[in-house]
Amino acid sequence: MSRMDTAPTEGTDAVLTGITKTYHSRKRTVEALGPVSLELKADEFTTLIGVSGCGKSTLLHIVAGLEQPTSGRVEIGGSEVFGPGRDRGMVFQSYTLFPWLTVQANVEFALRDTELSRAERRERAREYLELVGVSDFRDAFPSQLSGGMRQRVAIARALSYRPRMLLMDEPFGALDAQTRQDMQELLLQVWEAHRLNVLFVTHDIDEAIFLSDRIVMLSGRPGRVKLDLRPGIPRPRTVDILTSPVLMSYKARLLAALREEGAAATRAG
Amino acid sequence: MTSRPVGEAAVQEAVRPAGRAGARRPRPPGQLFQPVSWQRFWILGAGAIVALLLVWYLVTALGLVSPMILPAPGDVLSAGLDLARSGQLAADTWASVERVMIGFAISLVVALPIGVLMGTLGWFEALLEPLIDFIRYMPAVAFVPLTIVWFGVDESQKYAILFIGTFFQQVLMVMDNVKRTPHEFVQVGQTIGLSRVKQMLRIVLPASAPALWDTIRVTLGWAWTWLVVAELVAAPDGLGQRIVVSQRYLATDRIFFLIGLIGLIGLVSDQVLKALGRVLFPWASRGAK
Repeated sequence: MSRMDTAPTEGTDAVLTGITKTYHSRKRTVEALGPVSLELKADEFTTLIGVSGCGKSTLLHIVAGLEQPTSGRVEIGGSEVFGPGRDRGMVFQSYTLFPWLTVQANVEFALRDTELSRAERRERAREYLELVGVSDFRDAFPSQLSGGMRQRVAIARALSYRPRMLLMDEPFGALDAQTRQDMQELLLQVWEAHRLNVLFVTHDIDEAIFLSDRIVMLSGRPGRVKLDLRPGIPRPRTVDILTSPVLMSYKARLLAALREEGAAATRAG
Repeated sequence: MTSRPVGEAAVQEAVRPAGRAGARRPRPPGQLFQPVSWQRFWILGAGAIVALLLVWYLVTALGLVSPMILPAPGDVLSAGLDLARSGQLAADTWASVERVMIGFAISLVVALPIGVLMGTLGWFEALLEPLIDFIRYMPAVAFVPLTIVWFGVDESQKYAILFIGTFFQQVLMVMDNVKRTPHEFVQVGQTIGLSRVKQMLRIVLPASAPALWDTIRVTLGWAWTWLVVAELVAAPDGLGQRIVVSQRYLATDRIFFLIGLIGLIGLVSDQVLKALGRVLFPWASRGAK
């Protein structure tokens, strides 16, 4: 099926080196981020967590190429990136399906200008819509879908062109608790079937532990790596682990660290 | 019915559940933005027009105002019928519709690409926005003598006036429409590797299409208001020109009819465009987020 698409292979890491981000306004200079250095493994699920304003979303946008770092470099698969590219798929917090296209057409949109024929594009879109469980809504328009359904399609769209890295910016942040849980399980299912390098931003500790192989916690502004954990919870995971002692111990640790940063941020004003 | 005691009837009345749920419920106070049913919409809308006509009729029938200032509705209608019978009305209407369509089309064809570029490229906006904003405040009427010097008195002069009156507003509105494209839509385009041109064509344009359609509707109405100005001087025909001529003969009834006709053409074309917009962009009216 895939002819020229680069399927994620082992050994292709993303390397972030000394990333900083400084915002200048007329009145003041804000050091938002860094320096942050990270190495991300090809088939690892990494979560960025931290207090609000710590720059975790900024870091993700820098990896996506949507923002430029003030200093530092991002390498993916050995070559430095200077902008967005098809080697990285992105799922946003806000609903980004194009309202003028059907669900099917939204996914096919990402496949235009490729070497795929029309029929192959249609087939590929179907395949990924099935993977995220929205096959029945192929011909619906986004406005007819619930928030969870829309994010499923957004995941299908981001995966359909087979990036080596999937970037997710609080993708379930706007969803209600139950839908959120369903989406987390779905994402794990999808990820376990198609392992790739995921960088996931959230401020929800449970979500981070449930999903991740590795949890990177950033400090308050300017965000630096404060904790870097690999909880090693076995896969496949079910919701039952949310109440397991292992999870609880990690949760306690992360909560304490977050509170510390939150308090520091309050003191700093 | 009559044999039943009054008291019991009253109880029955009170106990009987309201036939249609909430039919008799008092309206909670202080609610703005309540929708109105389409029946009520049309009854109210038509009612206002009928009321105006009635006042108009009464004022003229009672002879409160000289017919030269305010002609009677019947006189206006018969003046219009005279114009229609002579074949002049059809010719004038067509001439005006043609002018507005062509002048408007020229304006739109130029305003769309420039407006899209201004809305998407910061440097392009910086280059043109102050200039256009400056020209926009110049009265189009004042350009009539200039356009005659530039274009003479043939059709191109009429298009020039329509263009000057329409374009400079239109291009800024197009820019604003385009700017409202959600930022994340464009970022999706970036992450899947679309070039800037493709982002404009495949994302920005369709995303702002419903708003652009509304801009077309609004500015087409404005183009009609410039028509009379365009036909003011040395036009061989047209509704605006006929109004100017009628004024020379103090034919107020004819002027009333022609103004009303322009209004009617505007109303009908706007309703047609509105309906067409619903067909073209069904996703926009479905409460899409």
